[in-house]
Amino acid sequence: MMHHKHTHCQEILEHLNDYIDGNLGSALCEHLESHLETCTNCQVVHSTLKKTIELCQNDAKLTTLPPDARRRLFASLGLEDDVNQDRE
Amino acid sequence: MNKQNHQADIDLNALKHKDKGEFAKLVDAHSNKIYRLALKMLGNVQDAEDILQETFIKAYNNIDGFEGRSKITTWLYRIAVNESLMLLRKRKGVLIDIDAAIETDDGEVMPKQIVDWCCLPEKELMSSESREIINQAIDTLSDTNRAAFLLRDVEGLSTREAAEVLDISESALKVRLLRARMALREELTAYFSYKMPSKTT
Repeated sequence: MMHHKHTHCQEILEHLNDYIDGNLGSALCEHLESHLETCTNCQVVHSTLKKTIELCQNDAKLTTLPPDARRRLFASLGLEDDVNQDRE
Repeated sequence: MNKQNHQADIDLNALKHKDKGEFAKLVDAHSNKIYRLALKMLGNVQDAEDILQETFIKAYNNIDGFEGRSKITTWLYRIAVNESLMLLRKRKGVLIDIDAAIETDDGEVMPKQIVDWCCLPEKELMSSESREIINQAIDTLSDTNRAAFLLRDVEGLSTREAAEVLDISESALKVRLLRARMALREELTAYFSYKMPSKTT
């Protein structure tokens, strides 16, 4: 297991969120990118952080409201569900 | 004047007049995302379904209080998050706010494990076991960090919108988001590093 020891890396990591979100100013962005080109550890943190977010998003896309729960929801609200009616 | 919510083409005036058909459109347009958020917040399908119902009951009863300054989606998320956090606090039976204690941390989120597992095949990264690990990792986050992460990264709200839902400043939202993201990265790195071919040599 490796540990990040460089103060410079710590500064870079503080801006990683904004960088990933595309909210970093151009000067800082250039500074961060030039650091990433030379620092393998920060490259790995950056790529695995992006992948972590992507995996959570992909998993969430597969999470949908089950039809039974939808039916119970509409019933509890006293609403007619056109979608379920169409299916029936 | 009809105020339209462009995202779901909802007529706010009709909602305020308790138009059932319009309310059904609102439920149809938002039930999936509210359920997903509640499920990820609570990690339990029954609780998620309860929160889903409660969110729309409150929305129906309190629609007059919605002024239309924010998106109706943001308003619904706010109800759902508040209901979820209340349930979580009740479930834990805690009197002190655990998250408040965490907020006093120095905020350092230094990575501990540096292993590049991004090259693993997509099939491996999204296997049912991996998805279980992803959800367990989300579950280990503090309640408020989890809410920040789900709203921003999973539901795709802007920083401003997510901060508005949680009633915190944008800078506080960013702090929570960074902690959540880094904690999740550590959890997933711990799991996926054992799937790396180099680990077995």
